[in-house]
Amino acid sequence: MTRGQKKRLIRIIVCAALLVIAYLMPQPTVRLVLFGAAYLLVGYDVILKSLRGIAHGQVFDENFLMLVATVGAFLIGQYPEGVFVMLFYQIGELFQDIAVARSRRSIAQLMDIRPDYVNIMQDGEMIQSDPDEVAVGDVFYVKPGEKVPLDAVILEGHSALDMAALTGESVPVSVSEGTEILSGSVNLQGLLQCRATKEFGESTVSKILQLVEEASDKKSRSENFITRFAHYYTPTVVILAVLLAVIPPLLVPGAEWKDWIGRALIFLVISCPCALVISVPLSFFGGIGGASSQGILIKGGNYLEALARTGTVVFDKTGTLTRGVFRVQYCLSAGRLSNEELIETAALAETYSSHPIAQSLQQAYGKAVDPERVKDAEDLSGRGISALVDGERIYVGNRKLMDELHLGTEACSDMGTVVYVATPTEYLGLILIADEIKPDAEDAVAELKAGQIRTIMLTGDREEAAQDVAHRLGIDRCYAGLLPADKVARMEAILKDPDAGKVVFMGDGINDAPVLSRADLGVAMGAIGSDAAIEAADIVIMNDEPGKLATAIRISRFTLRIVKENIIFAIGVKVLFLILAAFGLTTIWMGVFADVGVAVLAILNALRCLKPVKES
Amino acid sequence: MKKVFKLEDLDCANCAAKMENAIKGLPEVRDASVNFLLQKMTIELEDGEDIDAVMKKVVKLCRKVEPDCRILL
Repeated sequence: MTRGQKKRLIRIIVCAALLVIAYLMPQPTVRLVLFGAAYLLVGYDVILKSLRGIAHGQVFDENFLMLVATVGAFLIGQYPEGVFVMLFYQIGELFQDIAVARSRRSIAQLMDIRPDYVNIMQDGEMIQSDPDEVAVGDVFYVKPGEKVPLDAVILEGHSALDMAALTGESVPVSVSEGTEILSGSVNLQGLLQCRATKEFGESTVSKILQLVEEASDKKSRSENFITRFAHYYTPTVVILAVLLAVIPPLLVPGAEWKDWIGRALIFLVISCPCALVISVPLSFFGGIGGASSQGILIKGGNYLEALARTGTVVFDKTGTLTRGVFRVQYCLSAGRLSNEELIETAALAETYSSHPIAQSLQQAYGKAVDPERVKDAEDLSGRGISALVDGERIYVGNRKLMDELHLGTEACSDMGTVVYVATPTEYLGLILIADEIKPDAEDAVAELKAGQIRTIMLTGDREEAAQDVAHRLGIDRCYAGLLPADKVARMEAILKDPDAGKVVFMGDGINDAPVLSRADLGVAMGAIGSDAAIEAADIVIMNDEPGKLATAIRISRFTLRIVKENIIFAIGVKVLFLILAAFGLTTIWMGVFADVGVAVLAILNALRCLKPVKES
Repeated sequence: MKKVFKLEDLDCANCAAKMENAIKGLPEVRDASVNFLLQKMTIELEDGEDIDAVMKKVVKLCRKVEPDCRILL
C-alpha cells in the first residue's frame, strides 16, 4: 500500500468508528454532529475536488456527483445514508486504486526485461554503469545471472543464454566467441566479454519495450466505443436524475418530493462510467502484455481485436511453414559405397557449384572439401554436374542425366529433390534433399482449423512440392508457382471474398512485405533482430514457430471475451439499477455497489488477461 | 515532433480520457494520448510549434481536469 492508500484506509476506519458511536448516542443533536464529523472526515477531499472542478467549469465529474448525492441525502434527512454513501465510495476507490496499482505492477513485471546497468572495465576495475552511456564498439562484461544490456558480439567466453524474455522459448541457447547476442537475454553460466554492436536505444530490448508501450496508444474499437459511451452516459444519467426528482412530484398527485429526490440521488451515484473506462483498456493492455511475454508482439489494441475475428490465415510456405533450408533427408547407396562415402563423393563433385543443392550436400558432408581431389568439373546444364573425383569420373544430377547414361536407378516416391550419383557405367545411389516442415506447423494448422479458421498457402514453389506440404499439414487451399506480384493479386482476391473474415498473412517478413501490408493483419515471424520486418508487420513473432500464431489468436479471443463480459456486465448492472431506482426498488447502498462494486469486479476480471492462456 | 511525458498521481481513468480530449482540442497539437495504465502522455505537435509554449497550455488544461495530477516536464 502506498502512503495515500494508507491515509485513505485510516480515514475509512475512523469514519466507521464514528458512525458506530453515533448510533449508540441517544441525543439526536449529538448524533447529527457525529454524522457530520464522520462525513467531513471521509469526504473532505471529494468536496474540495468538486468545488475546484466547479471553479474550473468541470461540473459533471464524479466528485461533484458524489457531493450532490450525499448532500441531497442529508437534506432529505437521511443522515446515515449520506455518510455511508461517501464511506462506501471511498472504500470502493481504495479497492480500485489497489487493484489498478497491482495490475500496473504485474504488467511491469511482465515487461521487466529492461537491463538496469552494464559492467564496464575502468582503471582495471569492473564497475556498473548506465547502459545509455555505452557507445557502439565499447567493450562490456556480462556476469552469470545478469541480463545482456545491449546487442553485442562475444569477444571472449562461452555460456548458455536464456532468451525466454525475447522469444518465449525456454530452452537455453549456447553461445561462444563471435556469436551475436541480443539484449534482454539472460546469461546463465560463464563471464562474457562483449563488444556492443548497437546503442542501448537501438538495441532489441529497447525496441521491444517501446513497441509494447506504444501498443496501448493504438486504441481498439471497443476502447473508442467506451470513451464515446462515457462521454454521453454521465450527462444523460444526470439529466434523467433531475427529471426524476422534479417531474413526478409536480405531475403525479400524492407523490412525495423526498421520495423522488431519494431515487434521483441513486441515479447520481450510479452515473460514473469508471468501471468501463478502466477495465476495457486494462484488458487489452493485459492481453498485449501477456502475449509479449510469450514472444508475440502485438502493435496495438486494434490489432488484438482484429486478430480475434480472424477468418482466414494465409501462410507463406518457405521459411514460414517449412524451415526454408534444404537438407539431406537420407541417402540410399546401391551397394559399392557406404552412405557416408556416397555423400562425400557427391559433395566433392559439387565443389565448384553454387547451386543450393551443392550447399546442402556440403553441409551434410560436414567437412571442408579438399579441392585437390576434384578436377575437370563440368556443369551439365539442367541435368547436373560431372567431375573427376580422386581420378574417377562422377556424375551427380537428376533422372534425365541417368537416362542419358542408360543407367537404371531405384525409384523414390518421397517429395523433394532426388540427386542421383553415378560413374559412367555404374549407378552408385541416390540422395534425397528436401525442405523440412517445421515441427509445430502441423499442430498450428490443426488448431487454427479447430477454431473455424480457413487456411491458405501461397508459394513460389513448384506445384507438386507445394501440394505435398499442403496435404501433409492439412491446409485447405494452396496456390503454387506464384511470383511476388501474383501473391499480392491472390491476396486481393482472398480479401474480396465476403466469407473470408479478417485475413491474416503470415510470412518471414523479408520477401513478403507487399503482401504483409496488403492483408488485414500482417504477421512477421523469426523477426528477432530484423528491424525492417518489425516495421512492416502489425504483429511480430519473435521466434520462428508458426504455432505462436494460434497462441496469439487464443490470447486475442480470450481478451475480447473478457472485454465483452465487462462491457455487458457493467452496463447491464448499471441499467438494471437505474430501472430499479426509478421505481424506488433500490436503496442508496445498492447504488453504491452498482458503481464501485462493479468497477472493482470488472478490474479483477480484466486482470485475468494477464495470465498466460492455457492450451485449449 | 512527438514527445512523451510521465504523469504522477493520475488516479482516475475517466479523467485521463478527459485530459486526452482537452489536449487534442488544442490547435497546436496534431495528436495526443494519455495512457492511464502507464501513467504517461504522448503529444505530437504540428510542424513548427514550440513545445515549451504548448506544454504551458497543456499543464493548465490538465490542472483543470485533474488538479492532483502532475506532469513531469
